[in-house]
Amino acid sequence: MESVTPVLGTGLFSLAWLLIAVPAASAAVLLLIGRAGDRWGHFLGTLAPVVSFVLGVVYFADLLGRDEAERAVHVPLYDWISSGTWNIGVGLQLDQLSIVFVLLITGVGSLIHVYSIGYMAHDPRRRRFFGFLNLFVAAMLLLVLADNYLVLFVGWEGVGLASYLLIGFWQERPSAATAAKKAFVVNRVGDLGMSIAIMLMLAAFSSSSFTDVNAGVGQLSTPLATTLGLLLLLGACGKSAQVPLQSWLLDAMEGPTPVSALIHAATMVTAGVYLIVRSHAIFTAGPAASIAVVVVGTVTLLFGAYIGCSKDDIKKVLAGSTMSQIGYMMLAAGIGPVGYAFAIFHLVTHGFFKANMFLGAGSVMHAMDDDVDMRHYGALARALPITFVTFAAGYLAIIGFPFFAGFYSKDHIIEAAFHASWVAGTCALIGAGVTAFYMTRLMLMTFAPGKRWREGVHPHESPLVMTVPLIVLGAASVVGGLLLNGWITEWLNPAVQGEAETEGLIHFTLIGGVTMLVVLAGIAVSFLFFGPQKVIPDVQPATRSPFVRAGRRDLYGDAFNEAVFMRPGIRMTNDLVRFDGAVVDGIANGTGTVISGFSSRLRRVQNGFVRSYALTMTAGAAVVGAIILLGRLG
Amino acid sequence: MMTTAPWLTVLALLPTVGAIVVLLGSSAAAKFVALATSLVTVVLAVVLTVSLRGGGGMQLVEDAMWIRPLGAHYALGLDGIGATLVLLASIVTPVVVLATWSDYDRTPDGGLSTVAAGETARYDSKIFYALVLAVQTCALYLFLATDVFLFYVFFEVVLVPMYFLIGGFGPGARRSYAAAKFLIFGLLGGFVMLASVIGLYVASADAGKASYLLSDLSGLTLGTGQERWLFLGFMFAFAIKAPLVPLHSWLPDAAEQSSPGGATMMVGIMDKIGTFGMIRFCLGLFPEASQWATPVVMVLAVISILYGAILAIGSKNLMRFVAYTSISHFGFIVLGIFVLTRQTLTGSTFYMLNHGLSTAALFLVAGYLVKRRGSANIDDFGGVQKVAPVAAGLLLFAGLSTLSLPGLSSFVSEFMVLAGTFGKHPAYGAVATLAIVLAALYILLMYQRTMTGPVRPAVADRVTDVTVRERVAIAPLVVLILLLGVYPKPVLSMIEQSTTLLQTSVGVSDPAPLVGGTR
Repeated sequence: MESVTPVLGTGLFSLAWLLIAVPAASAAVLLLIGRAGDRWGHFLGTLAPVVSFVLGVVYFADLLGRDEAERAVHVPLYDWISSGTWNIGVGLQLDQLSIVFVLLITGVGSLIHVYSIGYMAHDPRRRRFFGFLNLFVAAMLLLVLADNYLVLFVGWEGVGLASYLLIGFWQERPSAATAAKKAFVVNRVGDLGMSIAIMLMLAAFSSSSFTDVNAGVGQLSTPLATTLGLLLLLGACGKSAQVPLQSWLLDAMEGPTPVSALIHAATMVTAGVYLIVRSHAIFTAGPAASIAVVVVGTVTLLFGAYIGCSKDDIKKVLAGSTMSQIGYMMLAAGIGPVGYAFAIFHLVTHGFFKANMFLGAGSVMHAMDDDVDMRHYGALARALPITFVTFAAGYLAIIGFPFFAGFYSKDHIIEAAFHASWVAGTCALIGAGVTAFYMTRLMLMTFAPGKRWREGVHPHESPLVMTVPLIVLGAASVVGGLLLNGWITEWLNPAVQGEAETEGLIHFTLIGGVTMLVVLAGIAVSFLFFGPQKVIPDVQPATRSPFVRAGRRDLYGDAFNEAVFMRPGIRMTNDLVRFDGAVVDGIANGTGTVISGFSSRLRRVQNGFVRSYALTMTAGAAVVGAIILLGRLG
Repeated sequence: MMTTAPWLTVLALLPTVGAIVVLLGSSAAAKFVALATSLVTVVLAVVLTVSLRGGGGMQLVEDAMWIRPLGAHYALGLDGIGATLVLLASIVTPVVVLATWSDYDRTPDGGLSTVAAGETARYDSKIFYALVLAVQTCALYLFLATDVFLFYVFFEVVLVPMYFLIGGFGPGARRSYAAAKFLIFGLLGGFVMLASVIGLYVASADAGKASYLLSDLSGLTLGTGQERWLFLGFMFAFAIKAPLVPLHSWLPDAAEQSSPGGATMMVGIMDKIGTFGMIRFCLGLFPEASQWATPVVMVLAVISILYGAILAIGSKNLMRFVAYTSISHFGFIVLGIFVLTRQTLTGSTFYMLNHGLSTAALFLVAGYLVKRRGSANIDDFGGVQKVAPVAAGLLLFAGLSTLSLPGLSSFVSEFMVLAGTFGKHPAYGAVATLAIVLAALYILLMYQRTMTGPVRPAVADRVTDVTVRERVAIAPLVVLILLLGVYPKPVLSMIEQSTTLLQTSVGVSDPAPLVGGTR
């Protein structure tokens, strides 16, 4: 298998580090400057990702103008860890894959920053918020631009830190602090896999650079390559909230809503998909690991959809849908060369429509005094016209309505899934129907006629600074798929050694037709239960159905973690604390007492310090004498 | 000029001179003298380190007959490994001085300062800073000594100022108990080591040249049994000092009962004598025995890593908490030393520096908060970030350094140890890696319990944000942790030259990559 050898970046490309440095420097300024920056901090914070975006466009244009063989550009920066046979440098790699991510992160990221100016206007710590957002963007850019796994890991953990800081932004709320900690710790479980994977690379190749690993992995035995793939998958599951490391994502809604948009659309959860696609050579060498990726993706796409059906909290419905949509991407990435480009295509369109809908949900919450319960919504289409129209664009995109963004990208995945395995294909198809059901439910409960507002709520449309990003993202949700379809597969294929088909603009197949019918069925069922003429109870009705209850409890993900890890862990910790005090320290104290003959004087010994010292020295001398004798004899 | 004067002696004695001036001067002047001396020391330490030439051997050597009847030499030398620890001892001391600046000032009526929990310090700032400087002098001598007897003497002597630092300034009623426990453990280790020191001398005499000099002893041929016994004597003493489970139980007590400054000197600097000693003496003098003991030591190290982390999760006292995190980190350092690859040896040495920096930050920032709140109990805090955001931010930074966040210096060393271990002993490496999850848990749990949530009334009443002086004291640590995380190369290459020599002398080579010819 031939691998792409990057060309050395010169001239303009030697400044590529600015992409990361600009938001990082801005974050540093915002976090260190203190109150003096309160008046302009949010402007600086917004400017930084915009500058990176402009730089990204410049680099993109440059790559676009190059021959296909020269589109991977390597920019070595400096030696980082050199020891023994290792020579790990800090360097960047701009290629077709990373530049797509750069544009998505900085483009969607910038819009989220603009929106946050309005959304966080009344928060006294807005400056700090923008500092953390900048840190998030910088870390994510490092993650996708790194030229080797260890530097990628720095960005990877930086993303984890930024999400911790942002999910827990309202730290005085215990629930926010708990959610933030949970996100970081669960991610660290994934990082365990990621770390060991990098250690294995170093043991195998003495290098963690993409080039060396890709070149060498073919020489690795299949079990080792498979292990490597599975370890990376564990890492990806953590960041991308895939089963079994999904539990943090729903709690992560404790952060301010723009944070959710950033985590779900532009950063963080996309990192796992990036990792799998970037590591294509490893998964080719260890095909069993690819199957595991397919399984994880398929399970998660259903898991997330199931949860999405059973939530009344608008943000949690969207969170479930993120898990589910990322599941689609993982599924595509697991299929192999025919799926890589589709995974990234869906990741990009999902970035548009999910950012759109999360920011839309924020706009709704803004109007409803931060109430997130859809049972208290209804009839918001008229009160929030811009939010409604843009949200509707996102809705049509996510359910895969023809010619909207998600239509193209999701259809490709379902088709590719069917070609790989009918089980995965069927699950993906069912997922599409369920998605249509719960997203329609969300739309109906939020926007369809029938006010269920709490007393004293007076919904009003959000200010321009918030609606303009909505409009831009809404437009992208409409045309994003249409514009990128075909081109993006052609663009990405060489970078990931993909073989994804590049169909034309209008392309109807049997599977596509069936998908459409399933989606329509999902919409119909939703109208049946939640249509405008239906009465929606104010409080969640009690249920006997074990299926509904399971969904409301996130399919027992937390319950499982509590039973299997937390409670035994707490018990073990307490036991060990007792053991340390009673046994280890007890023996030590006992021994000390016997040896030194200090039993009754332990507390008073400080007064007899010199004497004790002399005593011990004497004892020591006696032992020494004995040893010398033994030495002579022996 | 650098080579003609006894620069290492000047370096090691600077703090002693400072301590004497502190003792002779007034109480009010003590902290200024201490700060000035420790700043001169750090400048000289940096200059000497930078002046090291490549090669990795002992440089700036001094050698004079010291106690003729005993055959002991006054011999000093500086190599890449020692220089790393000299830097640590030099950098942390002025930070401690500045961080504790007014803690032990006499009250306006001439009384002694009241420390947390209503206890009164036993002495004033004059004694405090004299003791701090005395510990620093001893530490410098220990990291510079190339004569086993000289090393042994300071190994024992350092117990004295440390003992008074714990017993004289700690917050709680049990400080005398803790100080005594510290002393007994230290003496126990010391006299077992003394037996080995003498035994080593006898062996060298039998071999024809009686000497305590490292340069003479490292070439010594010892019988297998003899070498193992001598090794065990040293190893036992070092395993108490840089506590390895189950010899650790003195440390949590000593840390809990110490003042933040005292705890920093103890855990940040003094305990490194243990791990440094393992490299310098166990590996340097008893290579065969070290490899013989490796399986047991590695098991104990991995147990320490996990045990310390779990006990940290269960800690209810901030100072004890830091002590247990350190036990976990010492486990990493010991693991790396005995795995004996270049990455792990270099990583462990670098780890000692990084652990000193991040533990100092953790102890001192925790100390700022403990002093204000009047308690070190984790449950007595809550919501601090609301009233003292800068203090909370500093504590989080120190915590992130403790959990080895990539981008910070501790990550580089921890990863080198883990990855190097994994390459040679995959099972040990993989199990030890579990600690990255536990570390996230213990740090973030502690942060959540103390800093987040609603502000407790007692916190709102008493806790104020850190002052400019307190921030300035921590700033060098923050800068170094970041700088060495992003660009560790100068320190790593300095260490690696010496660890390469050491590895060769032990006679071990690195495992070959599984896949050849890829680079």
